[in-house]
Amino acid sequence: MTLLSLNGLTKTFETPTGPVHAVSDVTLDVQAGECLAIVGESGSGKTTIANMILGILAATSGEITFDGQALSAKRSAEQRRRIQLVQQNPLSSLNPKRSIGASVRLGLDVYDIGEKSGRWGVVEDALDAVGLSGDMRTRAPASLSGGQRQRVSIARALACDPRFLVLDEPTSALDVLVQARVLRLLNDLRVVRGLTYIFITHDLAVVRNVADRVAVFQSGQLVELGETTQIFSAPQAAYTRQLIGAVPVVDAAELNLRNKLAEGV
Amino acid sequence: MIRTLRILAANPLSLLGLILVCLITLAAIFAPWIAPFPTHNGAVVDFLNNNRAPSARNWMGTDLVGRDIFSRILFAYQISLTLGVVVLAIAVPIGTMIGLLAGYIGGWLEMILMRIVDVFLSIPPLVLAIAMMGVLEPTLTNAMLAVTAMWWPWYARLVYSIARGEREEGYVLAAEVIGAGAGHIAFREILPNCLPAIITKMTLDMGFVIIIASSLSFLGLGVQPPTADLGSMVAEGARYLPDSWWLTVFPGLAILVAVFGFNLLGDGLRDVLGVDE
Repeated sequence: MTLLSLNGLTKTFETPTGPVHAVSDVTLDVQAGECLAIVGESGSGKTTIANMILGILAATSGEITFDGQALSAKRSAEQRRRIQLVQQNPLSSLNPKRSIGASVRLGLDVYDIGEKSGRWGVVEDALDAVGLSGDMRTRAPASLSGGQRQRVSIARALACDPRFLVLDEPTSALDVLVQARVLRLLNDLRVVRGLTYIFITHDLAVVRNVADRVAVFQSGQLVELGETTQIFSAPQAAYTRQLIGAVPVVDAAELNLRNKLAEGV
Repeated sequence: MIRTLRILAANPLSLLGLILVCLITLAAIFAPWIAPFPTHNGAVVDFLNNNRAPSARNWMGTDLVGRDIFSRILFAYQISLTLGVVVLAIAVPIGTMIGLLAGYIGGWLEMILMRIVDVFLSIPPLVLAIAMMGVLEPTLTNAMLAVTAMWWPWYARLVYSIARGEREEGYVLAAEVIGAGAGHIAFREILPNCLPAIITKMTLDMGFVIIIASSLSFLGLGVQPPTADLGSMVAEGARYLPDSWWLTVFPGLAILVAVFGFNLLGDGLRDVLGVDE
């Protein structure tokens, strides 16, 4: 079942040096429950698409449909609530002057979810659900590690009870081990809660591990869309081949060693 | 709060500032009880003891009509601190509100508000206050009004520049995506991040407001005799320098101590609260 579809989506920014076509005529569907990776270099329009889906930016033309209903930048609270965001930089995405509990609670207050008196309990449950402990809710973001902060960001998004998450490079600011744990958490949450993801990244190794399908963007245009395995084994577009060709390859000996080391962990 | 005080106390200069500010505040509050001559705040004459040099009876001497200068300085602190507190209590919320609106909402609102602020900032503050006091009656209330009118734009500028930076932070985007209103984002998300800078500037400004208020009354435009005021005391005594030096030196020192204390405390707070200027 299609949950979100983009139909001829276009965004043009007027600048003093003339119009810039950030996103040109993009049409694609996202199936309920899948994880669609959006890849492409900086400036390929990935974040602009995300911002239009989130309602931060209005599309110049084209339309977005969510669960069968048209979705514009001015949307109902119910529509806004169902599409949430996890950002790239866990340092800046949490307000340094508010406790992490207050940040997670925001969505509950905005959408008036549950009884007021019970909301701290919901916040604690949300923190528990992302592998933090509920009694951390009074702590300041500064006292948390990067991975923990990213878990708080995920809890904050989940508190709104969304159906769809836009993950804007959620792991690129984290070190490799933490990255793996956060990815596992995101994957578990998707299965348990029946969430649908758009996963924006330029890390193809991550894409290979988490995405069901991949959409490749170049200069605001969709150049290739397909199953992850197919994109990696038989890329069609020249640009996709270039991207995949740029990934460092491990030779057979190194791969063996890596597998052995992994078994020991 | 307790943590802030502890770090503050670890720096000798900040501690000195804190002690001076506390002493001055206590002296001002308890002036009627601790002043050796509590009636000398007003229209009292004692020609038997006029123009006396400092002595055991009058620690800082007496003025031309025989009033005890030490007592008058204690009462003058009441006026200075009241003026400082009232001016900041009005100027800071107004300036903060305007700065937040301009900085967060932006667009045409930013254009209009910040151009108004620029107009105020382009007038030398003392000149603006003198012009206002020239039109209005020279009273304490009007002195407060005049100083307030020249003070709020600085807070608008300060908060605006911080808010404009904060508006680009991820946590503001996160709140917008969640669907929080502009009021929540401006006051609950951005404002707390402006507070350290505001508090630091307020402390430093207490000293400046005291100087400006003293300057106004030095020029005869502020608090009127016989009410004790540091600026007018200096002005009255200046004509009798250097012979009756105590008429000028002690009120002058009183201004210096107050300004020095607030500045040291402000610098200390800036370090503790992690504000860069």
